[in-house]
Amino acid sequence: MSEVTEEATTSLNDPIEARTSMMGIDPYDIPLEDYDVSQRDLYRSNTSWGFFERLRKEDPVHYCKDSEFGPYWSITKFDDISDIDGNHEIFSSEPVISIADPIQDFKTPMFIAMDEPAHGNQRRTVQGTVAPRNLANMEDLIRERAGTILDSLPVGETFDWVEKVSIELTTLMLATLFDFPLEERSKLTYWSDVATAVPGPDSIISSFAERSRILSQECAPAFLKLWKEREGNDEPRFDLISMLARSEETKDMASERPMEFIGNLILLIVGGNDTTRNSITGSVLFLNENPNEYEKLTANPELINTMVPEVIRYQTPLAHMRRTAKEDFTFRGKNIKKGDKVVMWYISGNRDSDAIEEAHRFIIDRDKPRHHLSFGFGIHRCMGNRLAEMQLRVLWEEILKRFKKVEVMGEPERTYSNLIKGYATLPVRVHPI
Amino acid sequence: MPKITFIQHDGEEIVHEAENGLSVMNIAVDNLVSGIDADCGGECNCATCHVYVDEKWTKTVGQPHDNEEAIMSLNPDRKPTSRLSCQIKITDELDGLVVHLPEFQF
Repeated sequence: MSEVTEEATTSLNDPIEARTSMMGIDPYDIPLEDYDVSQRDLYRSNTSWGFFERLRKEDPVHYCKDSEFGPYWSITKFDDISDIDGNHEIFSSEPVISIADPIQDFKTPMFIAMDEPAHGNQRRTVQGTVAPRNLANMEDLIRERAGTILDSLPVGETFDWVEKVSIELTTLMLATLFDFPLEERSKLTYWSDVATAVPGPDSIISSFAERSRILSQECAPAFLKLWKEREGNDEPRFDLISMLARSEETKDMASERPMEFIGNLILLIVGGNDTTRNSITGSVLFLNENPNEYEKLTANPELINTMVPEVIRYQTPLAHMRRTAKEDFTFRGKNIKKGDKVVMWYISGNRDSDAIEEAHRFIIDRDKPRHHLSFGFGIHRCMGNRLAEMQLRVLWEEILKRFKKVEVMGEPERTYSNLIKGYATLPVRVHPI
Repeated sequence: MPKITFIQHDGEEIVHEAENGLSVMNIAVDNLVSGIDADCGGECNCATCHVYVDEKWTKTVGQPHDNEEAIMSLNPDRKPTSRLSCQIKITDELDGLVVHLPEFQF
C-alpha cells in the first residue's frame, strides 16, 4: 500500500509544536475531544491500543477537529467500518485512500483511489493474476524460493529477520508476479520504498522532486521496456505486465496515460510489498509473545491454515484506509459533511470484542479466522488476499520443516506511520531441528 | 426442510437440509462445504461466497440487487447466473435448489 500521492506537510501558520502529543498519556487522562489517533508516535511506540479501546466504548464515530492532517472522522467499530467500506456511493476513494492529502504536483492515478466505473474496469484486468487457480501455478516456485532463503540463514548468531527473510521473500515474490529479471529484483523493493518515503535527513529521498524523478525516469522506463517486449507476444503469459499490456481496457495505458501507468504499477508493487513483509515479521513476533500458541503450532502444523488469517488480523498491516464523503450523511447520530475525511481504523475494528471473541488475543486455532478487516470490505477489498495467505502458509510450512524455533532476541523497531503498520527490524536466532 | 444441492467444480454433489430464514451461504459454512469462505460473515461485502445458480433455478432465486452486483461485477469469472450465496434467503420455494461452486474460489 502506498502513500504515493499523499504526504502532508505542515504549513507555516499551523505549527506542529502547538499540538499535544498523546504518547505516554493514559487514555483516560485526556478528554475525548482532544483525541488525535493519527499521531504517528503512537504507532512507533505501539501505544495506540488504549485510545482506540476508549473510542470504541465511548465515542465510536469520533471527530478530531485538528491534526497534522486537518480535521477528520474516526470510525473504530468493526460493523461501522464494514458499513462505511460497503457504501462506496457516499464514501469515495477519490482523491486518495490515506489520511494525508496530496500536495505535490506528481499525481499518479491508481485504481485503489478511483471510484466506479474506472476502478472496476482496471481491477478486472489484473485480478486474474492473483486468482487462486493462477496461484496454484506459482506455489511450487514460491516454496522453492522460500526454502533457499531459509537454508541460507546464519545458524548460531542473531540476525535481522526483516532484512534476511521478510524483505527477501516478498521481493522474490514480486519479481515472480511481474516476471521481472531476478538479478535486478532489489530495484522493486527500492522503488516501493521510494514511493512511500517521506523526504527527510534519514530518508532515502531528500525531496518529493527526487521521488518523482526516480519513479518517472528509472521505474517507469524499466517497466515500459518489459511492456513493449510483451505486448505483441502471442503465447499466453500470466505475469501482471503481460496481462495489462494485452487487455482491451489497459493496453493503451502506457502510451496514452503514462502517469496512470506508473501509478498502477506502483500500486501493485507497494500493495504486495509492505503488507506481506510486515505480516511475515509479525507472525514470528506473535508466536514468541504467545509461547503456548507456538507450542500448539509445533505439535500440530496443520494449524498453519488458521494461523495465517489470524496473523493478518492481528498485524493489520494497513492501520487505516480513508474515504471522503461525497454528500452530507448522518451516521450513528453524527453529521458527516460533504468533503469530510472519514478514516476507517482497521487496526481498531480488528480488536473490537463485539465482533471478534477475545479480540485482543492471538489465537492460532480460532473459529472463523478470516472474519477480520485487514483486507477491507466491499469493492476495494484487497485483490491479493489469497496470494498473501499463500505466501505466509508456504513460508511457515518450510520453517517448521527446518527449525524448532525462530526465537526473538530483542524488541522490534516499529514503523513511524499511521498507515503502514510494520517493523524496520526484528532480531532473531534460528534453532534447527 | 428445504434441501440444497452444492455441486463442486469437479462434479462432486453435496446435499444438505436447510432451515428457512438462513442463507445458502450459512448452510454451506455450517456444513463445511469447501469453496465457500464467506470472510465477511454474510454482509454482501467480500464476494467469497460466489455461486452459479443452476439454470433451472435462476428465475425462482431472482436477480442480484445493486450492492451485490457492484461487488460481483469486479470478478472476471462472473456469469449471468452468478449470485452471492449470502444474499439468497432460504424459503420453501427453494426446496431442491442446485448451486454450482466456481473453481476460482478454491
